[in-house]
Amino acid sequence: MAQASSSTMDVTFPSDEEILITRTLNAPRHLVYRAWTTPELVKKWWPGRRGEMTVAEMDFRVGGAWRYVMVAHGEFEVAFHGTYREIVPNERIVNTEVMETPDASPDSEEGAVVNTVTFEEADGGATLVSIRTDAGSKEVRDMIAQSGMEGGVREQFEIIEELAASLA
Amino acid sequence: MARAATTADAFNAVAEPRRREILDALALRERPVNELVDLLGLAQPHVSRHLRVLREVGAVDVRDEGRHRVYRLNPQALKPIHDWVASYQHLWEERFDLLEDVLEDLKEQEN
Repeated sequence: MAQASSSTMDVTFPSDEEILITRTLNAPRHLVYRAWTTPELVKKWWPGRRGEMTVAEMDFRVGGAWRYVMVAHGEFEVAFHGTYREIVPNERIVNTEVMETPDASPDSEEGAVVNTVTFEEADGGATLVSIRTDAGSKEVRDMIAQSGMEGGVREQFEIIEELAASLA
Repeated sequence: MARAATTADAFNAVAEPRRREILDALALRERPVNELVDLLGLAQPHVSRHLRVLREVGAVDVRDEGRHRVYRLNPQALKPIHDWVASYQHLWEERFDLLEDVLEDLKEQEN
C-alpha cells in the first residue's frame, strides 16, 4: 500500500529522459480512475485554469487513439494526441503523447513522449497517482525542453526553488 | 566560433550533481575557486572543469581579483529552467486541484 502524504505534489527527474509527478488524492482508486478515463470528467480538470477543453476524444482500448484540444485563455488552440499502449483497469495506463504543430501531419507521432500513469491505494482510502513521462532520448528531451514543455534532467527541485528568490 | 548556448545546454549544465553543489554555494555569495575546492572536496582541475561548463552556458560569471578568480551566480541564465519547471508544475497542480473537485462530486454520487 502506498504511503499517504499530505496533498502536495512532487516533481522529480528519475533520469535524463524522464520526469515523474506524484500526488495523493483524497478519493478511492476506482473514482480517480473514472475521473481520468471519462471524457466529460477529463474536460473538467485537464485544462487546469488555463482555458476550456473543447475536444476529449478517447478510443479507450489498447491501440486506440486519443485527442485532447483546449482553447487557452480564449485565444489559441493547443492540441495533443496519442495512442493507448497498455490499460490495466484501476491500476495503470500507458500512452503516447505528442503536441500537434501546424506543419506536422495530424496523426504523426514523431517526437511523442510516453506517459505511464499508475494509481495505487494509499492509507485512509486515498489514492497515490504517479505520472512518469519518458521522452525516450536526449534529442527528444532537449527538443521538448527548448519548447518549454519538458526538461527531465533535474533530479531535484530544491535548488531552483532557492534560486527563484534571487531571480528578477 | 562557439555556438550560442541554449536552454537545453543550461538544463544539461545543472543536471550534474556537483555542478548543482557549486550553484548552491554561489547562490549564497560569490567565491574564489580555492574556496569551492575546499567546499566540494574535489581536486582543483575537476572544479575548474565544472566551472567552465557553467560559464559556457552563462550560469556563472567570473572576475579576477588579484591572483584569484572569483565566481558568482548569474541567475538570469537559469531563469528559463525555473520558468519551465514552475509552469509545468503549476499546470499539474491546477489539474489536481480541479480533479479533487470532480472526485468530491463522484463521492457524493456514490453515497
